[in-house]
Amino acid sequence: MSRRNLLRGAAVGAGAVTLPALLSACGDGPGGNKNEVTVGSNASDPVPKKAYAAAFTAYEKKSGKKVKVNTKDHNDFQENINRYLQGTPDDVFMWFAGYRMQYFAEKGLLHEISDVWGGFSGFSDALKEQSTHAGKQYFVPYYYYPWAVFHRKSLFQSKGYQQPKTWDEFIALAKKMSKDGVPVAFCDKDGWPAMGTFDYIDMRLNGYDFHKSLMAGKESWTDTKVKNVFDTWRELMPYYQKGALGRTWEEAGQSLQQRKTGMAVFGMPHPGTQFPESERDDIDFFAFPEIDPQYAQDAVEAPIDGFLVARKSKNLDGAKALLKWLGTPKAEDTYLALDPNNVAVNDGADTSKYSALQKKSAQLVSGAKQISQFMDRDTRPDFASTVMIKAIQDFIGNPKDVDGLCNSIERQKKTIFSSPVG
Amino acid sequence: MRRFTRRDVVVLGVLLGIPILLDIVIIWGPTLASIGLSFTSWDGVGDIHWVGGDNYKNMVENYPVFWPAVRHNILWLLFLGLIATPFGLFLAVLIDRGVRFSRFYQSTIYLPVVLSLAIVGFMAQLILGTDQGVINTILNNHDNPVDWLGDSHINLWMMMIAASWRHTGYVMILYLAGLKSVDPQLKEAAAIDGANERQTFFRVVFPTLRPVNVIVGVITVIEALRAFDIVYAVNKGRNGLELLSVLITDNIIGEASRIGFGSAIAVVLLTVSLGFIVTFLVQELRGARDR
Repeated sequence: MSRRNLLRGAAVGAGAVTLPALLSACGDGPGGNKNEVTVGSNASDPVPKKAYAAAFTAYEKKSGKKVKVNTKDHNDFQENINRYLQGTPDDVFMWFAGYRMQYFAEKGLLHEISDVWGGFSGFSDALKEQSTHAGKQYFVPYYYYPWAVFHRKSLFQSKGYQQPKTWDEFIALAKKMSKDGVPVAFCDKDGWPAMGTFDYIDMRLNGYDFHKSLMAGKESWTDTKVKNVFDTWRELMPYYQKGALGRTWEEAGQSLQQRKTGMAVFGMPHPGTQFPESERDDIDFFAFPEIDPQYAQDAVEAPIDGFLVARKSKNLDGAKALLKWLGTPKAEDTYLALDPNNVAVNDGADTSKYSALQKKSAQLVSGAKQISQFMDRDTRPDFASTVMIKAIQDFIGNPKDVDGLCNSIERQKKTIFSSPVG
Repeated sequence: MRRFTRRDVVVLGVLLGIPILLDIVIIWGPTLASIGLSFTSWDGVGDIHWVGGDNYKNMVENYPVFWPAVRHNILWLLFLGLIATPFGLFLAVLIDRGVRFSRFYQSTIYLPVVLSLAIVGFMAQLILGTDQGVINTILNNHDNPVDWLGDSHINLWMMMIAASWRHTGYVMILYLAGLKSVDPQLKEAAAIDGANERQTFFRVVFPTLRPVNVIVGVITVIEALRAFDIVYAVNKGRNGLELLSVLITDNIIGEASRIGFGSAIAVVLLTVSLGFIVTFLVQELRGARDR
């Protein structure tokens, strides 16, 4: 028994680090059925859950194999991912591209699938890069969704609002909305939705390259550039709906649907899943406004979701066969037919049935000079979850003390990024 | 002393050995492991790096939620101990005196005890939600809703009240059982001696409740430490609801595996809990001896 195993064994009781994994292991039969692929799913919301079910059924019909989906609550899945991958993971699991995938690849918890990528076509180089760590592929991208400023077309028409292009126009619009009793929707009880606004202001004000190296821990959070982001953000604060820290994104999405709020910085599925089907054509968006003409609206935040194989996968052949199929345009079409809140990644996907919103989203992303993944996917997960959630919530609660906030983030960043890893 | 037969030794060995083994594996092993890990940096996958007291230094100096969490832990203990528990005793006395509909009150006040604290948290959200909560709907204050759960000055108190809703009934039923067992002759004797109601209660009845007090004291401490359930259900224990147990979870569980750092917080929680438990036990044991 190695030292590592010994300590891990001791930790079982200490923090129940692997206890649930052990418990779930009891339920699993030994070995694993070669004709069955298990998929760990974080798609717990009804719309994606149904769409995934359709996609897997299509695969079952085509291949004659069985796909067993284990769906867990979206947030629980994310929080338990570390234990999940070290315990008894499913053969294939859903996860995110970029830094969050690379982090697990670096730790040796993922299975390399470069051979599967060899058979792919229709993926851009940018997508391949998002799926790659140290020259090897680990990720099959499935769909993405852009972040933008979403609103109801009909509300804009009835009130005579115009989609703003620049920050000044944006603030003027927000001010008007606030006066009209339909303030800007805002929520951060979940801790992450407000990160999108930070990302966009930073990319518009300081450019994508600065944002990326800030996320990588290479820039100082006490830099004036970062303080400017918070100061700029504060201009928008008075026009937000009150009580953001007690509101979930679902509630904010519903307030947009009920015409109680005028617009919101969201990812496409957020308003999409909160609007009844008959009203989805009324959703529209505009790109986050320009702040510095030098960076214009070049960068777009568009997180990519997809599939990976855990190192401990039991049915590797089955997993790879499934991934091979999931990388085809047909597989994406099957999914998107039932989930109109996302956009296909494969060039060969059928866009003729896209809604106006999906078409516009595809255009927004294809016209982007840079694509970011979202704060909690672009930086170390321990930094995003233990430092930034609290920092941004503090800022929302008290937007005045930017200096103190930035100093605190920087001090914590230093300890986290300098702690030995591996 | 009689010599034990071999069989006795084996039986004793098994009967004592298994509990001792379990005690070591389940209690002492993890405790010592936590203390050991608190001096290391470990991401849960790779190697373990010795970092000395860095975690503790970092926790006290750089971790902005640490002190609020300590404060909140103590507040929970004080709130339950000084407000909710005495209130449960008060209700028990009222019902024991036979106010009208006392059986009805007894049942309704006890009812929430069957719920888990996490469920109480979900219910609290339905009642206190900013946009769709019952209270704000009744107040009809759409333009300027009270942010019961999001305002860090209010939400802790709301959660403590919600938890007390459940705790009070629990305490009440325990005291009620205790009060029923107090010999009525004691009260009569006190009345004959000229004691008024209040004196009878505090000088005669309450001291006889000593065994119940011990149980209620322990339960109050346990409930205060279990506050994790309710705050985690509400907003993952963030933004004003921080507790040491939440910080441990945040750091150890999840993608953010800072197991060494989380263990250091766990050691602090262990010290805080031991402090209360040891003081309490010493008091009680000393009290029992004096009697």
